[in-house]
Amino acid sequence: MWDYTAKVLDHFRNPRNVGTIRKPDGVGEVGSLACGDALKLMFRLGPDGRIAEVKFKTFGCASAIASSSALTEIIKGMTLEEAARVTNQDIAAYLGGLPEQKMHCSVMGREALEAAIENYRSGGRTRHVLEGKVVCRCFGVTEVEIERVVRENSLATVEQVTNYTKAGGGCGNCRPEIETIIARVQEELRKAGKQAPAAGRMTNLQKIRLIEETINREIRPMLQRDGGDLELIDVEGSRVVIAFRGMCARCNVAEFTMKDVVEARLREFVAEDIAVVEEKP
Amino acid sequence: MRNVYFDNNATTQPAPEVVEAMQPFFAELWGNPSSMHHFGGQVAPHMEAARAKVAALLHAEPSEIVFTGCGTESDNMAIRGAAEALGRGARVITTRVEHPAVLGPCRRLREEGHDVVELGVDASGQLNLDELRAELARGPALVTIMWANNETGVIFPMDRIAAMTREAGAVLHTDAVQAAGKVPIDVRDTPVDMLSLAGHKLHAPKGIGALYVRKGTRLNTFMLGGHQEHGRRGGTENVPYIVGLGRACELAAATLSEERTRVAALRDRLEKGLLASCPDASVNGDRVNRLPNTTNMSFQYIEGESILYHLSDIGVAASSGSACTSGSLEPSHVIRAMGVPFTAAHGSIRFSLSRYNTGEDVDFVVARLPEIVQRLRALSPFV
Repeated sequence: MWDYTAKVLDHFRNPRNVGTIRKPDGVGEVGSLACGDALKLMFRLGPDGRIAEVKFKTFGCASAIASSSALTEIIKGMTLEEAARVTNQDIAAYLGGLPEQKMHCSVMGREALEAAIENYRSGGRTRHVLEGKVVCRCFGVTEVEIERVVRENSLATVEQVTNYTKAGGGCGNCRPEIETIIARVQEELRKAGKQAPAAGRMTNLQKIRLIEETINREIRPMLQRDGGDLELIDVEGSRVVIAFRGMCARCNVAEFTMKDVVEARLREFVAEDIAVVEEKP
Repeated sequence: MRNVYFDNNATTQPAPEVVEAMQPFFAELWGNPSSMHHFGGQVAPHMEAARAKVAALLHAEPSEIVFTGCGTESDNMAIRGAAEALGRGARVITTRVEHPAVLGPCRRLREEGHDVVELGVDASGQLNLDELRAELARGPALVTIMWANNETGVIFPMDRIAAMTREAGAVLHTDAVQAAGKVPIDVRDTPVDMLSLAGHKLHAPKGIGALYVRKGTRLNTFMLGGHQEHGRRGGTENVPYIVGLGRACELAAATLSEERTRVAALRDRLEKGLLASCPDASVNGDRVNRLPNTTNMSFQYIEGESILYHLSDIGVAASSGSACTSGSLEPSHVIRAMGVPFTAAHGSIRFSLSRYNTGEDVDFVVARLPEIVQRLRALSPFV
C-alpha cells in the first residue's frame, strides 16, 4: 500500500464538495479516461467576488480524489486572484504531503483550477486548450507544463518530471526531450540566481568537495575492483552529473550501479535530495 | 472486522500442515545434507522425500527436480541457462503476457543480441497457435510460455504448444507458478522440457521454488558454486523450506479436485453475483480455459486503486491491474495486450481465491462491493 498520510485517507474516504453546480461561473476539465485520472472542477462566485461554492468530480486513485477534495477546501472563500496563486505544492502541503510518484495528482488539481479560472475570465467561451508543443504524446503533456513544474518544484531528473506530470511514463520516447527542458530551466534558474537551495547549509563549493570526497572514499574503490571508474562532470544544485569509465562504460548494469550505488552513497553522505544522472557520450 | 483474503495469486497463507512439517528442521535437524556424518545423514533423506513429493505433483522423476530460491529464480535459471546452452544468437519465443520474471530475462537476452519474439494475444487473452507455428519454423529456438496467467487466470493450451515445440525440435520452458497445485499437470502427457513453480503460491512459505528439468535437457548452470542439486544450483540447500514445499505439493495433489470443484464454484458465485449487482462490469479473459480460483473483472468509469482502498477498509484483500497500484503510469501489460479499452482497464480488479475461502467470504464481497462501486461512480466525471 502507499504511504498515504491520515489526511489523504480522510479526504479520500470522505471527500468534501463532491458534485456539480447548476449554473457555475467557471468550469475546468483536465485529464482523461485513457490517462487514468481526470478532474472536473466548477465554482460559483458570490456577490463579493469570492468563491462561494466549489464542486468537483474525479476519476482516479485515492490521492487524486484526496487532492481534488483538498483543492476545493483551499480555494473556498478566496478571490480569483488569490486562487490563481495556489500551486500544486499548496495542495500537497494541505494533505501533509503526497508520495513522490503521486505528485501528479496535485498538479492535476492546479491545472483544473487554472482551466476553470480561464473559463470564467473568457466568459465561459474557451475550454482549456493545451498550451504549447506536446512533448509527451502518451499523456498529452506540453512543454509549457513541464517547464512550469520543473521551475516551481526545482525538479532535476526525468523521473521526477514523470512523477509530477506523468510525462515520459508511457513509451518513454520523450525522455531525452524532457532532459533538455530540465537542463534549460535549471540554466535559467541559475542565471536568475534563483537556484534550488543547496541541501543543508553547505555552500556549493563545500558540497562539490564533499561529493568528490565521497566518490573517492566510498564509490571509486568499489568500481575499480571490477575494472571500472567514474568521473564527476558537473554539479547543479542537487543534480550530479557523472560519466562512467573503463568497464563501467560498457557495463549493462551501469544503470543499476548509478542508482543503487552512486546515488545511494551520495544521498547518504552528502544530501538526501541528490539525483545522479549519467552523461552519455 | 471480517478478513477476506482474495489475493491468492499474489501469495497464499502457508498451510498449518506445512508450517508443522518444517519445525524440526529449524531446531534439532539442522545438519548440512551434504555432510559425511550423521548430522547431515539424518537430514538428507527428508530432503529427498520432499523432492519426490514435488516430482509426484508433476508426474516427474525426483532427479528432474531442482530446488531454487523462488519462482523468479526458476524462470531466470531456465531461460538464461537454456539460451546459453543453445549458443549465441539463439532465438527466443515468448508472449506479451508473461510474468515480469520471464519478460525480464527475455529482454536482457535481447540486449545481448538474441532474437526475441513476443507473441500477442487476442481479446480473450489466448494465443494464435499459427503464429507460434510460423515462428517455430524459422529455426532452433527456446520457447518460454506460461501455463496460466497470473492476472486473468487464462490457461494456454500447453498440450498443443508442447507438441508443436517438440515437433519443431525447440526447447520449451513454462512458467507454471500459478498453475501448479490448481490444475493437473502431467509432464509425461505434456512434454515440456522445463517448468517453474513457486512455494508461496501453493501454501508453502516464500523463499522456495523449484524447476523441473526433463532428463537430457541442455541447460548451462546459472548459480555457480557447489555440487548441490547435481551441480545445477550451487548453494547449501534450504532444508526447512524444501521440506515445507514437499509437504505443500503433497497437500496440493490431494486437494486438486477440491480446487476444481469447491473453489471454482465459489469463484463462479462471486463472479455471477457481482455481474448481477454491478452495472457496467465485465470479466476479462477466456472464462472457459481458466484457473479455477481466479476472476479478473473490470468496473467501468472508476479506478482500481480507489476500489482496493475501499475494499481494504472493510477487510477485503484483492489486487488491481490499474496503473496507480503498481507505481507505473500505465495499466497492466496483460490487460493492455488483450486490447481492453482504457475505460475498463483502469478499473480492473483481480479476485483470486483458495481452499481456505468460504461461501460467507463470497457473500460478504457480493453484498458490499456494489456500494463501493456506486460511491466511486458518484464521484466520477464520466458517469
